Amino acid sequence: MLYIIPISLEQGLAYALVALGIALTFRILAFPDLTVDGSFPLGGAVAARLIFDGVDPVTSTLIAMSAGFIAGCLTGIFATKFKINSLLAGILMMTILYSVNLRIMGRANIPLLNRSTLFTTIETWDISRDIPVIIFFLVVAALCKILIDVFLHTEYGLALRATGDNEQMIRSLGVNTDTATIFGLGLSNTMVALAGALIAQDQGFSDVGMGIGMIVAGLASIIIGEALFKPTTVVRLTFAAVIGSVVYRFIIALGMRLGLAPTDLKMATGLMVVIALAIPAIRGKREKKLKLRGV
Amino acid sequence: MADNMLTLKKITKIFNQGTQDEKRALDNFSLEVAKSDFITIIGSNGAGKTTLLNAIAGTIAPDEGQLIVHGQDVTRWPDFKMARHISRVFQSPTMGTAGEMTIEENLCMAELRGKKRGLKWGVTGNRRTRYKEILKVLDLGLEDRLKQSVGMLSGGQRQSLTLLMTTLALPRVLLLDEHTAALDPRTAAKVMDLTDSMVRENKLTTLMVTHNMNQALKYGNRMVMLHQGKVQLDIQGEEKKKMTVAEIIAEFGQTLKDETLLSA
Repeated sequence: MLYIIPISLEQGLAYALVALGIALTFRILAFPDLTVDGSFPLGGAVAARLIFDGVDPVTSTLIAMSAGFIAGCLTGIFATKFKINSLLAGILMMTILYSVNLRIMGRANIPLLNRSTLFTTIETWDISRDIPVIIFFLVVAALCKILIDVFLHTEYGLALRATGDNEQMIRSLGVNTDTATIFGLGLSNTMVALAGALIAQDQGFSDVGMGIGMIVAGLASIIIGEALFKPTTVVRLTFAAVIGSVVYRFIIALGMRLGLAPTDLKMATGLMVVIALAIPAIRGKREKKLKLRGV
Repeated sequence: MADNMLTLKKITKIFNQGTQDEKRALDNFSLEVAKSDFITIIGSNGAGKTTLLNAIAGTIAPDEGQLIVHGQDVTRWPDFKMARHISRVFQSPTMGTAGEMTIEENLCMAELRGKKRGLKWGVTGNRRTRYKEILKVLDLGLEDRLKQSVGMLSGGQRQSLTLLMTTLALPRVLLLDEHTAALDPRTAAKVMDLTDSMVRENKLTTLMVTHNMNQALKYGNRMVMLHQGKVQLDIQGEEKKKMTVAEIIAEFGQTLKDETLLSA
């Protein structure tokens, strides 16, 4: 039973980057960006292909991040410059990326056996791989969290937050909110692609289907984190996203331990999000009814 | 005129052109605004008041005509670029501030109106100290609530904060869009007094749209009445001071319907 703790910690911290990216778009920018399901495998595809072809893992990871940035910016351009509905813009980009990812990889799956990845050094150490890998992902997640926190308190970061809070107001103060949206989406998908690149290297392969359900899982993480911490500031929101991701992976591992089939996971996660979103609506309805009755 | 701060030359804006709902919101509209003019603007619903402010602020692009601020042609500037010259306070207190962000963050964003925003820290210690001093002017106790989100404030507090925000980076032209209409009468009077003292103190060139005729006559040095996208009456100085609500109604009662009369 205890063995699910290290695996959920490792996965939770790795996928925390996705949760942070989604928090930035859904919560800060108020832009429901669905690019994530495509930019996550994009990060994996670019990194795996480059590493497979002999490029060093650090460079490969950085290029994967840039690919994610470009993908996010394109979604932003679809939505702001071409006036495409934001949900549709993300779906379009996600669909386009499916083909792009297959092109990049040249096939549906690239194994990284016998290739040097970011984790190769760790694997030569004479200890269990678990703890150093957990520490690695903890440092990366913490670094990303802090960088976002700092950025969102800079002059431009404030403008980006206001874009999601009161777009008309910040435009009247001289900010091109189209640019802010495009940049915010780029930044979010940079982190998501970084997650894809790191997770592909960690698990030793990249697969074109590895992004399916990524948004829903990320949303579930954020909702869990928000339920636990009720964040009112940016610093607490990003914290909630990271912890929520870990708790989410723990719940999933627990569910599987209790007999949930891996194929049922997406349904379980989806229902979790539906229930979390339904509670306030149902509660609101009940209160309305009570009010009408004069209670 | 050389000392004009704002000039509108033959501006026309037609909505739903070519359809049954076609509406000339501004019709060959011209207006010259001198530096430090405080103009109140009245007119019935659909007279073109809001379209006029939108055109000046760059929120809508005029179909024809020219817009000049401080000698510079700004006709085709988008709203976020116009922010260099213009500051605007909206009717709803929620529109002028970001509710989920703190008071100090809102002040910081306003201070940077129309300026380049980089990756420098936003609310620095220096700024915070200054904001505290400035907020004391409002006498609302906001100086002790810098880190609270603006959404926690009442409508009157929020609108007072918005007004203060416009003066952090002085605009060439201040647009007030019925900015007291959503407040209760007592708060509205307080916010209006604050407005008047800020405009005088900073000699701001101001255009204030209002539905309240008493307000339109009491404040400012010039009053413009709009009707069907055109200037119907333009009085200033002594002439404006002598004008009474009764006279306006006697002369223009036919065209001034709805709440302009009701609130007179």
